[in-house]
Amino acid sequence: MRAHERLHSNLPVDRRNLPGHRVFFGRDTPLQLDCGAVLADFPVAYQTYGTLNKNRTNAILVCHALTGDQFVAERHPVTGKDGWWSLMVGPGKTIDTNRFFVICVNVLGGCMGSIGPAEVNPATGELWGLRFPIITIADMVRAQTMVLDHLGIEQLFAVIGGSMGGMQVLEWAALFPERVFAAVPIATASHHTAQNIAFHEVGRQAIMADPDWCDGEYWRVGKRPHRGLAVARMAAHITYLSESKLTKKFGRRLQTGKALSYGFNVDFQVESYLRHQGITFVERFDANSYLYITRAMDYFDMPARYGGQLANAFRDTKVRFCLISFTSDWLYPTPESRRIVHALNAVAANVSFAEIVSNAGHDAFLLDEPDFRRVLGGFLAGAAQHRGLAAANSR
Amino acid sequence: MTAKPAPSIRVDLQLIAQMIEANSRVLDVGCGDGMLLAYLWHVKNVDGRGIELSSEGVNACVSAGLSVIQGDADTDLADYPDAAFDYVVLSQTLQAMRAPRQVLIELLRIGKHAIVSMPNFAHWRLRLALLFTGRMPRNRVLAEAWHDTPSIHLCTIRDFVALCESIGITVERSLFLNDQGSPSHFGRSLALANLLGEQAVFMLSSRKKAPNA
Repeated sequence: MRAHERLHSNLPVDRRNLPGHRVFFGRDTPLQLDCGAVLADFPVAYQTYGTLNKNRTNAILVCHALTGDQFVAERHPVTGKDGWWSLMVGPGKTIDTNRFFVICVNVLGGCMGSIGPAEVNPATGELWGLRFPIITIADMVRAQTMVLDHLGIEQLFAVIGGSMGGMQVLEWAALFPERVFAAVPIATASHHTAQNIAFHEVGRQAIMADPDWCDGEYWRVGKRPHRGLAVARMAAHITYLSESKLTKKFGRRLQTGKALSYGFNVDFQVESYLRHQGITFVERFDANSYLYITRAMDYFDMPARYGGQLANAFRDTKVRFCLISFTSDWLYPTPESRRIVHALNAVAANVSFAEIVSNAGHDAFLLDEPDFRRVLGGFLAGAAQHRGLAAANSR
Repeated sequence: MTAKPAPSIRVDLQLIAQMIEANSRVLDVGCGDGMLLAYLWHVKNVDGRGIELSSEGVNACVSAGLSVIQGDADTDLADYPDAAFDYVVLSQTLQAMRAPRQVLIELLRIGKHAIVSMPNFAHWRLRLALLFTGRMPRNRVLAEAWHDTPSIHLCTIRDFVALCESIGITVERSLFLNDQGSPSHFGRSLALANLLGEQAVFMLSSRKKAPNA
């Protein structure tokens, strides 16, 4: 068995046979990456929901976050759970697939079918591993434009994403403003702060400290750095919640019995919860992918690219923006969204901004938050009216 | 868009809407639940934006498809470029600003015109109430008790006109509402308006020509 086949066979689902679409790009025009490398002949996996209208004007691109994937609104083929935004996307839902054609692309560097360290490098016949070039958020977006070209969609009605998805939304609006009618960056920031980078570095170090990581070549020896990746996920997961949410959900409640064990087994419910988060994560995610994607986020710094003035990224923009943040999100807190709003105001862009009251922390954008749904739904309805899109039942 | 029935709005908002030309660019500072912006969008095809402090107001506005940001007029107006809007509206909000003088200057930097509506603290009923009761007067427009009211910088019509004069602002038009809520010019007498006008709406412009005007 060849090494990469061993990796694939190690997983519950062979990534090459996932549902959805998988297209190879770059054969004619290779993709030039920010790091200088080029990608030729590489797969991009994506999923779609709903129907593209005749004029191809009703497409919404949903951009997924760090550990998300293209399975937005269906039973996940690996975990068997609901898609990560099933609450938001579907027939009659806030992002109504009776009305809109929803696309979600597995990001570059991901591990659900798009090119990344866990895919085969056609030049060598081996998995890329750490020979995969470093990618950026802008590279992810450039690959997504190839999907749009493939689908014959000139302009998206909207690009929507939370967290790292929101960073992609910002890049879309900055790099391809003519291809975006409306942009919805949610719970995100225009650059990664020292604190953001610091948390990611903890995760990466946890992975690299796992002996099963084998300097990134674990797939050669049929191993996977489960423990390191699980610790990375546990640390990151804390940043997605809030202190008040953790207190409300777990407090100091004990996992078993009424007494402390006076040992290092799981005493507290919150420990059990985090361990569970770590264990379930490693079943569906590749450790090297985690390194690459967190790196892409750390490199994200839009103001720096525009001479320190974020406003320069959006000069003369016609895009309608709606920024949304959450009160208890301390990973990408409201001032980060406000910074983007200020930049957009400085170029008199069309912008809405709402801070939603929630105690769910950063993860609020994934959860059932009625105010959030109302704001997003209202913004999309208003934008659709401005775009001249027919209502769902008259399409 | 034109098929929608015109929403009905408060009288003072109607007066403001009258002053705004169709298809213009409008910023509504302190836009509340977006009543004026919705009206201007549907009736006058205005490209409208809003700033609102309360998250309830912002959520209502954005949910209604209006372009509104959660922000503070005292600090956030500074972001906007010069002459970005044809009209900047400040309706029943000036008296709640920490720095009304600075806000007025900002309004006319951002907008070619500013439209300001305000309660008149010199209305005769308020004058009499203060004289006879010796307590802070209240009416429909100024409904809260002194310790609860967001109105920290109340003024009279004459105070406002004097402030405009002192900072080089021209009052292009003024409209007044009497205590029946009906518009009146009071024979174009400022002294009479200051006595009988319960609310005032002013359209302002900068005395200096804006660079692009």
